[in-house]
This record gives sequence, C-alpha cells and structure tokens, in this order.
Amino acid sequence: MTPIPAPPVLLSALTPVLVILAAGALVLLLDLVPPRDTKQHLGGLALGGFVASLLASVWFWDADLRAFRDMIALDNFALFFNLVIGYAGALVVLLSMDYVRRTGAETGEYYALVLFAGSGMMLLGSATDLIVVFLSLELMSLSLYVLAGLFKTRLDSGEASMKYFLLGAFASSFLLYGIALVYGATGSTNFDKVAAALAGKAPDGLVVVGLGLMLVGFGFKLSSVPFHMWAPDVYQGAPTTVTAFIATGSKAAAFAAVIRLLFSALRSMQPDWTVLLWGVAALTMTVGNVVAIAQSNLKRMLAYSSVAHVGYMLVGLVAGGASGAGAVLFYLLAYTFTTAGTFGVISLCGRTSGDESVDVRDYAGLARRHPLLAFVLSLFLLSLIGIPPLAGFVGKFYLFGAAVRGGYLWLVVIGVLNSAIAAYYYLRVIVYMYMREPEEAIPAGLVPSFAGGLALAISIVGIVLLGVMPAPFANLAVAAVAPLLK
Amino acid sequence: MSTSVWLIPAFPLAGALLNMVFGRFTGHRAHWIAVPAVGASFVTACTVFARVARGETFTGPLFSWIVAGDFEAPATVHVDALSAVMLLAVTGVGFLIHLYSAGYMHGDPGFARYFAYLNLFLFSMTMLVLAGNFLVLYVFWEAVGLCSYLLIGFWYTRKSASDAGKKAFIVNRVGDFGFGLGVMWLWTALGTLEYREVFASVGNLAPPTATAIALLLFMGACGKSAQLPLHTWLPDAMEGPTPVSALIHAATMVTAGVYMVARSHALFERSGTALEVVAWVGVATAVFAATVGLIQPDIKRVLAYSTVSQLGYMFAAVGLGAYAAGIFHLVTHAFFKALLFLGAGSVIHGMQGEQDLRKMGGLAPRMMTTTITMTIGGIGLAGVPWITAGFFSKEEILSAALGGRRYVILALLLLGAALTTFYTFRLLFLAFFTDPRMSREVARHVHESPAVMTVPLVALAVLTLVTGWVVGIPSDKGTTVFARFLAPVFPVHEGHHGGALLLVLSFLVVGIGIAAAVSLYKLGPVRADAVSQPRTPLHALLLNAWYFDKLYDRVIVRPLYALSVFSAQAIDLGVIDGIVNGLGRAVVAWAGAFRHLQTGYIVNYALTMLAGAVVIVGFLLAR
Repeated sequence: MTPIPAPPVLLSALTPVLVILAAGALVLLLDLVPPRDTKQHLGGLALGGFVASLLASVWFWDADLRAFRDMIALDNFALFFNLVIGYAGALVVLLSMDYVRRTGAETGEYYALVLFAGSGMMLLGSATDLIVVFLSLELMSLSLYVLAGLFKTRLDSGEASMKYFLLGAFASSFLLYGIALVYGATGSTNFDKVAAALAGKAPDGLVVVGLGLMLVGFGFKLSSVPFHMWAPDVYQGAPTTVTAFIATGSKAAAFAAVIRLLFSALRSMQPDWTVLLWGVAALTMTVGNVVAIAQSNLKRMLAYSSVAHVGYMLVGLVAGGASGAGAVLFYLLAYTFTTAGTFGVISLCGRTSGDESVDVRDYAGLARRHPLLAFVLSLFLLSLIGIPPLAGFVGKFYLFGAAVRGGYLWLVVIGVLNSAIAAYYYLRVIVYMYMREPEEAIPAGLVPSFAGGLALAISIVGIVLLGVMPAPFANLAVAAVAPLLK
Repeated sequence: MSTSVWLIPAFPLAGALLNMVFGRFTGHRAHWIAVPAVGASFVTACTVFARVARGETFTGPLFSWIVAGDFEAPATVHVDALSAVMLLAVTGVGFLIHLYSAGYMHGDPGFARYFAYLNLFLFSMTMLVLAGNFLVLYVFWEAVGLCSYLLIGFWYTRKSASDAGKKAFIVNRVGDFGFGLGVMWLWTALGTLEYREVFASVGNLAPPTATAIALLLFMGACGKSAQLPLHTWLPDAMEGPTPVSALIHAATMVTAGVYMVARSHALFERSGTALEVVAWVGVATAVFAATVGLIQPDIKRVLAYSTVSQLGYMFAAVGLGAYAAGIFHLVTHAFFKALLFLGAGSVIHGMQGEQDLRKMGGLAPRMMTTTITMTIGGIGLAGVPWITAGFFSKEEILSAALGGRRYVILALLLLGAALTTFYTFRLLFLAFFTDPRMSREVARHVHESPAVMTVPLVALAVLTLVTGWVVGIPSDKGTTVFARFLAPVFPVHEGHHGGALLLVLSFLVVGIGIAAAVSLYKLGPVRADAVSQPRTPLHALLLNAWYFDKLYDRVIVRPLYALSVFSAQAIDLGVIDGIVNGLGRAVVAWAGAFRHLQTGYIVNYALTMLAGAVVIVGFLLAR
C-alpha cells in the first residue's frame, strides 16, 4: 500500500500569525490562574504578542515564502500589512489597558479576541487562495462581532454587535457565492491558477458575476458605499478601542485581500473593475464626507469619515499600477496611525463613570482643561484633513498624484473637493476645543495612563515622521506591491 | 566631516527648542542654555574651518526631503572655503552678541523668548550658509527673515516695533517673490537645484535666460540686504533690541544677499549684464545711504544707513567680479559694525534708553571702554589707513574698481567713503567728545556697562584691529591671504594693485571727512537745536531719506489698500462669500437629507446592500 503523501508544510511562513495565535491561547490559559482581579498582565502579554509578531515580520522581510500548496504567501506585500496590522493591534492594546478597566469591561477574553482578530487580519494579507481568504475573513469578523458587544449591559453595544453580525453574515454569503462562481468558471481557487485560466480571453459571464459578488462582500468589510450603513451604528455602539481596531486593522486587512485579488488573480479583468471602482470611489468619498457634516456624535462622525477615507484609497486602486497600489499602502499606514490616535484620544476622554464623551459639545473648552490632549487631537484631525506636514497630506498627495498620472483627472477633482468638505467637520471639533466654553462643569479625570500616553506618542511620532520624511516609507510601500505586479 | 557639520546648526536649534518649550522654567536663566549652545557651535565651526583649511570639502545630503515622482529635493549641505569663512564669522560674532545680550536684556520679561529667537536665528543662518542647493537656501533664506521679523517686533506691545517687523517682512517678501521665481526658473531650465550641478551646467543657459534668472535672484538679495529700491525696511528695523540690530541687521543676515551673489557668481558671470546691474545698484546704494546717514539724529539710524551703504560697497565689489574682496569686506564689516552697534547699545544702556545724539555728549570720561572700542569701530568704518581691517577690505574694493578701469564707479565709491568718514566722526564727536547736552537727571546716572557687555566690545575691537594685518595685506602679486584662502571658490586675479595712488586717495577722502566733521562739531560748541534740523530743502530731503517711504506710501501702499478695501467689501463679502456660503448651506442641507436614509433598521441596510449588489452585477454584465 502506498502511503498517502503528506502535504508539504512550511510553518515558518505563518510565523507572524502563529505568534499572535499563541499569545491569544496563552491569554486564555492565564486568565484561569490568579491574579483574577486584574487583567493588566494579560494586556501586557497581548502587547508582547503584537510586538513579537512585528519583529518576526521585520525578520522575514524579503523572505518571499510560499506554503501549503501556494495557499499562503509570506512576501513583502503580506509583511507590509503585517506591520500595519501589528501596529494597529499594539496601539489598540495599549489604549485598552486603561479603557476596559475604567469602563468595567475588563476580561481576559477581550485581549484573546483582539489577538485572534489580529491573526485573522494578518492571515488575510497572506492568503493567496480564495478559501483561505474566506476563512481568515471569518476568523477576523467573528472575533470582532463579539468584541463589538463587549459592554454586555449596554444596549447600543449589543445593538452594534447584532447589526454587525447579521449584516456581516449577509455580506459573507455574497462573498462565498462569488468565490463559488469563480471556482466554477476557472476550476481553481488559487490566485495564480485563476489568473492563468483567465489570461488571454474575454471573461465569461460566470466570472463577471463572481467578481461583482466578491466585491460586494469586500465592500462591506471596507464600508464602501452602498455597503457602509452598518459602520455608523457599529462604530458608535462598540467600545471605542474596538472601534479603533475595526476602523484600522479590519480595513487594512480587507484592502490587503482586495488588492491581492484584483492585482494578481483578476488582473486580466482590470478594465471591468476599474470602471466599477471609479464609481464606487466617487460615491464613497462624497456620501461619507457629506453625511459626516450632519453628525454631532464624534464616533458616528468618524465612522462616516472612515467611509470617506476608504473612498480616497479606492482612488489609488483605480489609478492602478505600482504607484497607485503603493499609494494605497502608504495611505493605510498613515491612516492607521491617525485613526488609532484619534480614537485613542476619545477613549481617554471618557468620563470616570464609564459614560463616554462622544458628543462634539463634550469637547468644548478641552484646550483649557487639558491643553496637551487637545493639541494632540488637533494634530490627528489636521492629519485627517490632510494638512502638511502631517501624514494625511502626503498620503493624499501620493494617491491623487497616482490618479492624475493614470489620467483619472475627474476622480481627483471629486477627491479634492471632498477633502475641502471634510475640513469643515474636522475643524469644527477643533473650534469646539479651542474656542467654545464648556456648557457644564466637566468632571476631572482626564489623566491618560502611561500606556495610553505611549500609544498617543507613538501615533504622533508616526504621523509627523510620515509627513516630514515620507520617502523611505513610500519606497517600502512600492516595494511591497512589486511582487503582485510581476 | 559630515558628523561635525550637522552639529553646527544642531546646537543652536537645540538651544532654541529648549528655551521655547521650557521657557517658563528657564526664565531669566535662559542664557545659560543659549550662550553655550552658540559657543559649542562656534568651536565646531572652528574645527570644520581647520579641516577646510587643509583642503577638505564636503557635499552631501543630510536627508531626502521631498520625493514626488521624478522630482527629488534632498536637503544637501555644502562646505567649502566660502561657507567655512561665513560659518566662522556667523558663529563667532553670534557668540559675542549672545554673550552681550545676556547683559543687555537682563531683566526683560521676555528673556527666554528672546534667546529662543536668537538661537533660532543662528540655526537658520548657519543652515543658510551650509545649504548645498537653492531649495535649502531658499527655505532658510525665509527662515532668517522670519527670525528677523520676530526679533524686530520683539517688544510687540510697542506699535512702532510691530509695525517695523511687519514692514521688514513685507518688503522682504517683495524681494523673495523674485527669488522664488528665480529658483523655480532655474529648476525648469536646468532640472536641478544642486549648486555643483547648476554651476557646472550654467553654460547651457542662453545668456538672456541667465540674465533673467540672475536678476530675479538678485531681487531677493536686494530685499534681504536692503539695497535700492528695497532698502526702506532696514532703518525701521532698529526698533528691535540693539544686539539684534548688531547680529541680524548688521553682521549676518543682511549680508546673505552678498553671500548668495558671490556663491552663484558662475550664473551672474554667464549673464554679464546681471553682474553690471549688481555693481551699479551697489554703488548707487552706497552713495545714497551715505548721504542720508549724514544728518540723522538717532544713533542707531545713523548706523543703519551706514550698514545699507556698506552693503552697497560689498555688492559693488561682487558686481565688479572681486568676490573675495566683497566677502572680505563682509567679514570685516561684521566685526566693526557689530562693534559699533554693541557700543551704541552700551551708550543707550548707560543713558537709560536715550538714542538721540542731540541729547548725548561728553560720555568719554564716564564710559572709557565703550568710547575707546567704539572709536576703533568708527575708524574701521571710516577706513582710516592702516589702523583697522576696514581700511584693508575697502582698499581691496577700490583696487578692483581701479584695476578694472571703472573710474566712474571708483569716483562714486570714493565720494561715499568721504561721506562715511564724515558721519562716523560726527557720531563719535556728538556722543563722546562734545560737551554734555543731557538733562542733569540722566547725567547723574550715566555709567559704564557691566563686564558681560564690555568684554564682547573689546573682543570685537581686537578683531577689528588685527584682522586686516593678519589676512588683509596684499602680496607683491596683489593678492591677500584671505583671497588665496578663497581661491578654491573664487579664482584669484593676480596683477596690479592700486598701491600708492589708492593710498593717497584714501588719505585724501578720510582727511576731508574728518576735517569737515571737526569743523562742524568740534571747533565750536554744538547747539542741540541746530543738529538735524531741516533748514534747507536739501536737509529735508536727506532727513527724510530722499522721501522713499512717502513715495512708496503714495504710489503703492495707498492704492493697494484702497483696492483691498474694495475687494474685501464688495467682491469678497458680496460675491465670493455668497457663493461659498450658498454652497455650504446646500451641502449641509444635502447632508441632512442623506442622514434620513440611515433608519437604523437592519432590514433597510440589508436591502440597500442587495440593491447595491444588483446594480454592481448588472453593470458588470451590461458592459
């Protein structure tokens, strides 16, 4: 009897993911042993997991490994996203240490779920097979559904979790249907094989419908219009640190999958998805920015703002090529620092009672009460507007520059007009902080913990560094997309 | 080499940041940070100078600053003999003036802010000198302008001071507009802004293009170095603290224009015409400002017009192709003019803020150190033969005019020199050697300044005395040690040196100037009400600096202001704001409408998604 051949296993290609998974498992185990009353050490462990994963990603730079019969690739593209997601995870954990204790939601499983979600996100960046894409997407999403409902006693948290889960499941079904159609048309779920099957002939209807359905599924994760409607409700209801993770990590991971899918597997269908994304990008930017104006709840406003930023990044995908995709990667890095920092400040401004200060009026006179925190938040908001010399400016510059070179002038015009609209609602927060008197006596308690302060400091350094010396990071981003365009 | 080079600007930058951020804590001890920072910078500059003297040069990127497509702008620094000389002068004089400031500004409520600005200036100025391409030069060109603005308006509660700051900034912007255009044109024409590449490929420029670019750059130099017709800001800049006048508005920043023209001499030579313009503007300014200096009643304004005039000499020198002579005069001028300003500051300090020469007199016995050192400075400014460096450097300029057979220019420069001697000795006589004219109350309090202020005076006096003898004596071939040191940057012109003829002429003009001053102010008693009175139209013309300010006010400022008022009220408020507010209201209304689509019901969300999916798939299939 011939032995069944064991599939080749190259676990080292999964190192960054495995490190985080191991940390998550360890957190679950340690949660059972004393000390039971504090979870600070578990937070430290989670932070260690993300940092170790970051180090591993740096270690594997330029390694270009493939494993599990080409289902997993650890190329620079994946590693770049590992860095972005690792940073996002580390920042979120740092911010959480103070936040979850203050809000009375401190549990061991919180950190474990953040780690599991992080591992799903990283795996999504490495996936080169539609099945792995789906599995890692679900790993990420299921963890986030639970995290969104962390505040078990609060109605809006439960609502967020429920809406996120139901709509997420709905979107996943679209994705899965699309995968099935592509498999039916090409006979494979492997990116390279799909690309080979599609090369050199006009795509048939099956693949076209598959592409559309998959984009619906990813559109949900990216919160692009019209699949964005969950975002404000979930952002508002979920604990602020979880919101930060949804806004940064899950978005980066979804972009990783979309970019790899479109630029390698569905490369031959570029004319189709470029036209489609043109419309989606224009719509997403505009709806996000315009509706954000009408929001007075800061978390809802940031939800629409994040929708708008996804629109900007889609402009980079439309532009295509190394410069377009590289610009998206750079923007994601900048956006991660900025958004994590913004939500970080909001999480720190929570009142001691556990109630959160999320209305823009709560920020009136913040500059007087806590000048440093107000200044830091102003910097983040200015970066979101895209004011030099901060990261947001350079990011937009690269995105729109790539689009201009690609000949998509009108899309850039729409994008720039949108940036002008966006300035209104970001600046309004700054106006409140610096020029309005608080309506009521605001309780004290705005002293960030060391961990929270560290997270904000890292973010500030990040956005200033990216803004002042963008060249090395931009080169890194362009190098990261190079393997896809071979 | 690169490691020590970046330290030179880094020290003052660190000092500036420390005093800015922790100014509340450093307070009246701010000088313990600021002065050593500049001292360390000076020591580093000395080591760099020593290495350049051994023949090393250094060009390299500090960091890659902007990368946008094909456009790359690294922050390059360039160290050669010229930058080394400039660095030494800037940090050396800068150090002495920082030291002096510690005494002069003692007790000022803005002490820490003052030193933060002064350090920031020194950082910007050293970076300007170190710049290895035109972009970095431009950035720090603006940065020194900013520091100048901040320091002129340092006592911002005084309206005249904040007005003077604004005037300096705006007039400089006029020049910098041209400078910016010149830099952009240079990039368009040659595709690079690196000094080495630009100067190597300058032959590819058509002479008319080179002329246009050079003149645009020179426009910036006119603003920064207060040359006709953009000179009007410098006299007003005397509203700043006196050490600031000494450092920024005499010794360093205002010479940046001369430095820039000398640095880009390849470009100016390619044009030829531009060089001619530089020479004539310099000569005209030299004579014009000297005439205005003759009659000013304010001790600092005399020195300010004298600075404008001496800068004119430097431009005349570089315009004549005598770059080394121009830079040499720049350095000696930095010494003796800083000395004069600091001496004037010492006088003002000793007289409780009095700046009016008419109310001084007889200070010599009460302020011996100030009197002696300021007299040395005056002798340097007047260029009295042999005694000081001022003579040697001015001789070099006159010799260049003589050697180039530019007799009209030579005659005008000699006329300027006679006028210079007159107003210098007028100042010295009125302040120190005539009978006292101040009130008894002030007279009782006149006192010499503390050591922290007199030590820099003595140091600068020594520098004024010895520099000429050490590096300024022409050899048989007519070149000085100074010029030979700069030989890697500026080719040395060997040949005839004016020698005896120039010496006789110098004796003559200095003699005339001193004789006139003696006869007017020393022989008989000075009547305070007769000094600086507009008795004749000529007096009035000079006292009002040839009515330049009035002219600009009538021709430029008022029409522009009227236009601005019209645009603000009719066009901006009416038309533009109407459109913008209308658009804003439309967007907000739209936002309100969109908001209602967000019902909160999952069913609606899911239906929207489904509709989106149908549209997407339908669109793709229809294509």
